[in-house]
Amino acid sequence: MNRKTKSKLEVTAIYVILAIVSVVIFYPLIWTFGMSLNQGTSLYSSTLIPENLSLEHYQWLFGPESDYLLWYKNSLIVSIATAVGSVVITSLVAYAFSRYQFVGRKNGLYVFLLLQMFPVMMAMVALYIFLNMIGLLDTLSGLILIYLGGQIPFNAWLVKGYFDTIPRELDQAARIDGAGHLRVFWSVMLPLAKPILAVVALFNFMMPMFDFLLPSIILSSQENYTLAVGLYNFINDQFANNFTRFAAGSVLVALPIAAIYLYLQRYLISGLTAGGTKG
Amino acid sequence: MSVSASQKSSENISENRKNKNKNKQPKDRRPNPRTAMILSILFAGLGQLYNRRFLKGSIFAIIEAAFLVTLLQFLNFGIWGLRTLGTIPGTDHSIRLLVLGVLSLIILVIAGALYVFNVLDAKKQAEKIRNGWRPASFRQSLREFYDNAFPYLMTFPGLLLMIFVVIFPLLFSVLLAFTNYNLFNSPPRNLVDWVGFENFVNLITVPIWQDTFVSVFSWTIVWTVVATTLQIALGLFLALLVNDPRIKFKKLIRTILILPWAVPAFVTILVFSAMFNDDFGAINRDIIIPLIGGEGLPWLSDPLYARIAVIMIQTWLGFPFIFALFTGVLQSISKDWYEAADVDGGSRLQKFRHITFPHVMFATAPLLIMQYAQNFNNFNIIYLFNEGGPPVRGQNAGGTDILISWVYKLTFDTNNYSMAAVISIIMGLVVSIFAFYQFRKTRSFKEEGEI
Repeated sequence: MNRKTKSKLEVTAIYVILAIVSVVIFYPLIWTFGMSLNQGTSLYSSTLIPENLSLEHYQWLFGPESDYLLWYKNSLIVSIATAVGSVVITSLVAYAFSRYQFVGRKNGLYVFLLLQMFPVMMAMVALYIFLNMIGLLDTLSGLILIYLGGQIPFNAWLVKGYFDTIPRELDQAARIDGAGHLRVFWSVMLPLAKPILAVVALFNFMMPMFDFLLPSIILSSQENYTLAVGLYNFINDQFANNFTRFAAGSVLVALPIAAIYLYLQRYLISGLTAGGTKG
Repeated sequence: MSVSASQKSSENISENRKNKNKNKQPKDRRPNPRTAMILSILFAGLGQLYNRRFLKGSIFAIIEAAFLVTLLQFLNFGIWGLRTLGTIPGTDHSIRLLVLGVLSLIILVIAGALYVFNVLDAKKQAEKIRNGWRPASFRQSLREFYDNAFPYLMTFPGLLLMIFVVIFPLLFSVLLAFTNYNLFNSPPRNLVDWVGFENFVNLITVPIWQDTFVSVFSWTIVWTVVATTLQIALGLFLALLVNDPRIKFKKLIRTILILPWAVPAFVTILVFSAMFNDDFGAINRDIIIPLIGGEGLPWLSDPLYARIAVIMIQTWLGFPFIFALFTGVLQSISKDWYEAADVDGGSRLQKFRHITFPHVMFATAPLLIMQYAQNFNNFNIIYLFNEGGPPVRGQNAGGTDILISWVYKLTFDTNNYSMAAVISIIMGLVVSIFAFYQFRKTRSFKEEGEI
């Protein structure tokens, strides 16, 4: 076998492997889409390629009986607030950790990072009682506060790693030109750190969007549900009965999210490797 | 006794000095660092006043006064609650008392830190003045204060949030592990008591706890290692394949391979759960039965198959992130390395072992470690797939239950809070020790001291 045929065989083998992987990736996604177009609510009689194509589930979601749009709105509120808030808070923390000398700088972040490895289940009990005490139980603001606090250690570590790669000469030059602490932060650090800040924003947009555990504990009234809790409740009780409706709801969530993700993936990767590995 | 004496004498000295230098500026008085310290210990701000830093001193004093007036009673009640967990059943709510107690403990620590800072500040200032330092103008000292306080100001909002969302619940659960709080002994009807290490002892000695703990713990380890390693291996393998220069349509292929990451995991896990359903799931109906025949595999009802299923699903969910990460790193490895290897006649395997692999691992180690830690605590997939099932005889956890989902069941299904707290502590220790050890080995732990 000469070299050329060997190379050709190899390339073919690679394509075959990639084709198989693609099938495995697409199968459940297409299956879900197919389910959502089936008539009736039973999984049993549903097929991948529906016999009677119907949009009844989509119509139902937007109909007067469902809270789907309300949940969508709630999820967007929580996600946007968490994303914006986390960028502000973590970038401030990371700036201090990257550029200043203060008590607790050396190990502070790592202590929190390690403390956070402790599982959150029991924290749920404590947070539940605490939110109840300050009257934020069953509110979106309580949920947002917890998300904001919980994301700090990891994201601050990520952003600090990125800040550390920005040459100090830049901010020193700015200081010589008379820039104050906040000015350096605003005009030097933030513009240069845009990729990692985008990563933080995206992560914190996505995380609350599909977190199930925390909202299912904190939010008790239907009109406060986020998408994850609401969708789970479609199939929670009688699994087979509402699955098609769940599928329709999921498709409408997954499509925009996947689009954003794929569009931003380049920044995601570059930001992650730069922030998470150096530093 | 001696303290007040020395205080008095030093005051006398400064008094004498003051009289001596009466014609000079009063600023020339040399404060004694020790006196300043002692005064600050007596009441925050006094030392600063003594140092003639009036604004600072009064701020400190006002803070302490406000603290004493508003919080003293709360703290007193909190600490009492923490100590006794209530004394009258039906009236005192032990768990609420525990929460208040933890909160007062946190406030006390913060206040203590501020207090120590105030004392040290008084001492430092007095020393500085003694060494001939002149207090600068008001504007200048304000500026200086801003410079010094800036990093604290920046971290303050974050710190406050972390204290309430990370530290407070953690303290609460650690303390809970030493109580007898469970379904049968819960407030407001009963009082909860401190029981010391009884829960820990029960976990190792009572057979049902012991059996469940051992089997759940070992499955958790297997799950973490196998699922994470599989997703890393698959991600690396695919990244290498796609990175091959002979492959075309790279962009399209990469987009497809990242797709599972882009679709919300919450949705895909529930979809898979339906697809793996024993009776009507697509896996049995469309793949297993047509290809192999028979009745289909018991994916949800047999522990072994359920475990295989969750590992496969996690691999499906997890590899795209690793793939994307490695792709980024692979593109950054300089071509020179490979050319040099070609000159030396290195085989493809050698190139992979000595160039690609070390590069990739070095660049991504902390993120890979985090993948292991994440899977160790991966509640979503276990719970959403099968709620930890199927049930196993002689245990109070299901076949696919990992520690965290077991803790969830103990907390929210059987309300055995104290035991759940014990297991949480053990889990937390395992993960954080592992992570700490690994972090130390990577260079991200090293710091450069600057500015």
